Amino acid sequence: MSLFDRTAHELGEMLRRREVSAVEVTEAVLKRVESVDPVVKAYLTTTPELARAMARAVDSRLQRGEELPPLAGIPMGLKDNFSTTGVRTTCASKMLEHYVPPFDCTVYQKLMHQMSPLIGKHNMDEFAMGSSTETSAFFPTHNPWDLERVPGGSSGGSAAAVAAGEAIFALGTDTGGSIRQPAAFCGVVGLKPTYGRVSRSGVVPFASSLDHIGPITKTVTDAALVLNAIAGHDPGDSTTVKREVPDYTSFLKDDVRGLRIGLPQEFFAEGLDPEIKEGIFATVKQLEAAGAQVVEVSLPHAQATEAVYYLVASAECSSNLARYDGVRFGYRSSTAPDVQTMYKHTRGEAFGLMVKRRILLGTYALITGNYDVYYRKAMQVRTLIVRDFERAFEQCDVLISSTTPTPAYKMGEKSKDPVALALSDLFTIPANLAAIPAISVPGGYTKEGLPYGLQIMGPAFGEGRVLQVAYTVEKLVDARQRKPELPEKGGVA
Amino acid sequence: MITRDDVLLVAHWARMELSEEEVEVLTADLNGMLQLAAELHSIDTEGVPPTMYGVNQHNVFRDDQVADSLPQEMALANAPDPKDGYFRVPKIMD
Amino acid sequence: MSQKYETVIGLEVHAELRTDSKLFCGCSTKFGADPNGQTCPVCLGMPGALPVLNKKAVDYAIEAGLALNCEIQEYSKFDRKHYFYPDLPKAYQCSQFDFPLCKNGKVTIHVNGVTKDIGINRIHLEEEAGKSVHSGDNILGSDYSLEDFNRGGIPLIEIVSEPDMRSPEEAYAYLTTLKSILQYTGVSDCKMEEGSLRCDANISLRPVGSTEFGTKVELKNLNSFRAVQKALEYEQQRQARLLDKGEPIIQETRHWDETTGKTHSMRTKEQADDYRYFPDPDLVPLIVSPEWIEEVRARLPELPPAKFERFVREYGLPEYDANLIIATKAQADFFEATVALYNDPKTVSNWMMGELTRLLKTSGQEIEDCKVTPELLAKLLTLVDNGTISGTAAKSVLEEVFATGKDPELIVQEKGLAQISDTAELEKIVAAVIAANPASVEDYRNGKDKALGFLVGQVMKETKGRANPKLVNELLRKQLS
Repeated sequence: MSLFDRTAHELGEMLRRREVSAVEVTEAVLKRVESVDPVVKAYLTTTPELARAMARAVDSRLQRGEELPPLAGIPMGLKDNFSTTGVRTTCASKMLEHYVPPFDCTVYQKLMHQMSPLIGKHNMDEFAMGSSTETSAFFPTHNPWDLERVPGGSSGGSAAAVAAGEAIFALGTDTGGSIRQPAAFCGVVGLKPTYGRVSRSGVVPFASSLDHIGPITKTVTDAALVLNAIAGHDPGDSTTVKREVPDYTSFLKDDVRGLRIGLPQEFFAEGLDPEIKEGIFATVKQLEAAGAQVVEVSLPHAQATEAVYYLVASAECSSNLARYDGVRFGYRSSTAPDVQTMYKHTRGEAFGLMVKRRILLGTYALITGNYDVYYRKAMQVRTLIVRDFERAFEQCDVLISSTTPTPAYKMGEKSKDPVALALSDLFTIPANLAAIPAISVPGGYTKEGLPYGLQIMGPAFGEGRVLQVAYTVEKLVDARQRKPELPEKGGVA
Repeated sequence: MITRDDVLLVAHWARMELSEEEVEVLTADLNGMLQLAAELHSIDTEGVPPTMYGVNQHNVFRDDQVADSLPQEMALANAPDPKDGYFRVPKIMD
Repeated sequence: MSQKYETVIGLEVHAELRTDSKLFCGCSTKFGADPNGQTCPVCLGMPGALPVLNKKAVDYAIEAGLALNCEIQEYSKFDRKHYFYPDLPKAYQCSQFDFPLCKNGKVTIHVNGVTKDIGINRIHLEEEAGKSVHSGDNILGSDYSLEDFNRGGIPLIEIVSEPDMRSPEEAYAYLTTLKSILQYTGVSDCKMEEGSLRCDANISLRPVGSTEFGTKVELKNLNSFRAVQKALEYEQQRQARLLDKGEPIIQETRHWDETTGKTHSMRTKEQADDYRYFPDPDLVPLIVSPEWIEEVRARLPELPPAKFERFVREYGLPEYDANLIIATKAQADFFEATVALYNDPKTVSNWMMGELTRLLKTSGQEIEDCKVTPELLAKLLTLVDNGTISGTAAKSVLEEVFATGKDPELIVQEKGLAQISDTAELEKIVAAVIAANPASVEDYRNGKDKALGFLVGQVMKETKGRANPKLVNELLRKQLS
């Protein structure tokens, strides 16, 4: 097996057993990027020198016989909305094409502390708004399982990179499913932790109360390892909680005996691909056979999640993106005689259509008179959705559904239809509104050979339980038997 | 019903110049989304408190301690038009 | 001012809080750094930078609220107020909208012998904007502007009064009282020159007897308390003239021009912006417990009204003196420190209000910054008391102390200002003066008491004012009898 195909957990053991050096691992991944990224197009920026320097530092530590942090020498990539000092952070927008942050986001600091080499920054939907990575201002990313298809989004570059062996793991952001949906489309694991579990400091926001940061990995074990590294209170993020971080790997038990698994009936209604539905039910049956108890539950306000999400996310987005005014950083239109015109031209020229759509709706929803009618109403219904989940978790320990209604679709198919795009997020959005942990693990493959994801949601701060069930599902499905076949250096596979 | 002019006004509030094509597309989109939003009105939220934050906590503070600022050249490194340590902007009309 | 209308005035005062670091980041708040030398990703509004609330700023805001008799709210939160302006980095200001920290306060003012309470609607905490420097003389004459964000993010409180003031004089009295109280608490420098205190005014007129408010006009660019008063006086007359002519008052913002002494309309935007307030999801709500409030209350210094009463009671000062002495905390502290060393309150008050105030005014200094300390003043007064120097000499010694900060005793020695109390020496001078002024001697002997004064003056002249006047009197009477 090639080094780039291995998991973080495996590589960590190999490094500690001196079977391989960190430089060899990093070079293998860099070489993989060089050979397949011309077709996958997962990276916006690569940082080979940074990666090599970190790998060398890991090797010299190994040589001195010093202890290594769990992720030392494991090459990773970051979605391009994570601020990295000296490395441009574009959010896949013309607005920030040349923006180089003077500071690091907290989670990158934590990964540097882990001595994890940074391979580069991943493509995404512009400012994380989209579900296909087609709204990137630079180029779309291709799904490694079928280059004609989208990798999902907005963390599409990250999911594609991990699936294609261009990074051993990645960090993404998830505002309405942006980690889990691309993970499902690309056949990898994507975890969105509880809100407040992982610091958002330095990660460019889309919608502050819905934005979550989490790992995209090849396995559930890797997800636990990465979560261990990034979780915890951050004095620089007022919305992180002071709550002990357990060792998430301690939950990795292939055992679901006595666990109550809830199936939210609203998630199995119309719109769900029958093949996926069948696959999920089959896995649930296997869990039942393994000793889990299966109960049907209801989330009565599920129908409202979309509207609530669009209003809340757009309102916060319109505010968060107001700062891109061409004054202190980023793009500035050169065609303006005065500052107010400069704002309009700058923002008009540098934002894409999807971003403009969100800003427009959000601006509209917040003006006096509309605030109560739309925004406050949406926040109230959000409370009802939170309560729905609280009630559901009185009846079960975790909820299982499909991550998405369909597998990855063809590029260009839905990007022009915002309503169709919205539908693809229906199963993932509720966990963002309720701020609860949710993971997507590979659930199997369609007859066409496309991966799909199985989503497990848990109560707030129940990441451990979610990982436990995910670990069991991973064993049952054994999805890593298959790998995407990619033409190297543009050749034919 | 949101009209073209409404869209132009909201775009003005958001300080975004829109092309003719964008105005057309966004007028339709905005109407679609507001229709979706209107569905919320059938839900009874009498007495339901709004969820305004992702996390339920209060009183998060820092001590009043001075920390390092960015060096001036770092603060200005991304400036589109730096001048003498300042960020220069075109004429302010109001 | 016509008797037909009643003037209604409300003021919005912004005061910067004296924290060491900014409201949401660790950048220093010191005045006078290089442009953009005290900025960071948070106060430059860089993508992803998050705010964390400075606890001291909340403490100070609560303290201001208590000093202004407000109810401190158990629950308050931060909201984003959106508008595009180049000195506002995030294009929103983090402020408090529907749940401010303090509500329902009051300030008691005294105008023309009348005492009146001015209500305070609310006090909320918010962040400062940066500063625009214009290339030309003013905004409109500039081809470009330069933005400095050192000030951006400094904590501010906005104190919103009720529309309770009925004249520009009342507005002036409210501002001076408010400033004095804030300075007493020490939460703000209240320096209008440095912009740490700013004021906007709302003014409307209504027919006398009416209970409905007229159309209000907001006045901006008021750079001093006198400017507030003058602008309100101008605006009061402008509105009265319009009403007399039956013309409508336009609800608008008007700019005060100090040089012309007039207000003028700021361009009304064709499409008014909306602040689009909403709760800031990057911050969490503020819950202030009764214990917290009591902790702050315990730290409150004695405030002007209480101090006034105590000065009258404890030091026996006339009300007039007490009022002047307590005008600033620095002055009141100076007074008490001096009295502790020289126990004659009225004399100390006389010197402070007289000579010292004159010197301060001439030099433009503040009492806390000048070279005269309570120790030095007490020493000087003791020198007068024990007859070492005369009152006249003391004035010139004070001038010298004020200029140099030298010990008064040293000055007296160096300048030879000590009184001549040596009887033998003075007897000679007295004899010489008697000999040189036979006419006056004659007058005195003929019962003209005034002549004695003249002779004393002559002796003082001879001694360059150093003779002990009491002794001179004695010696003259003795030699003339």
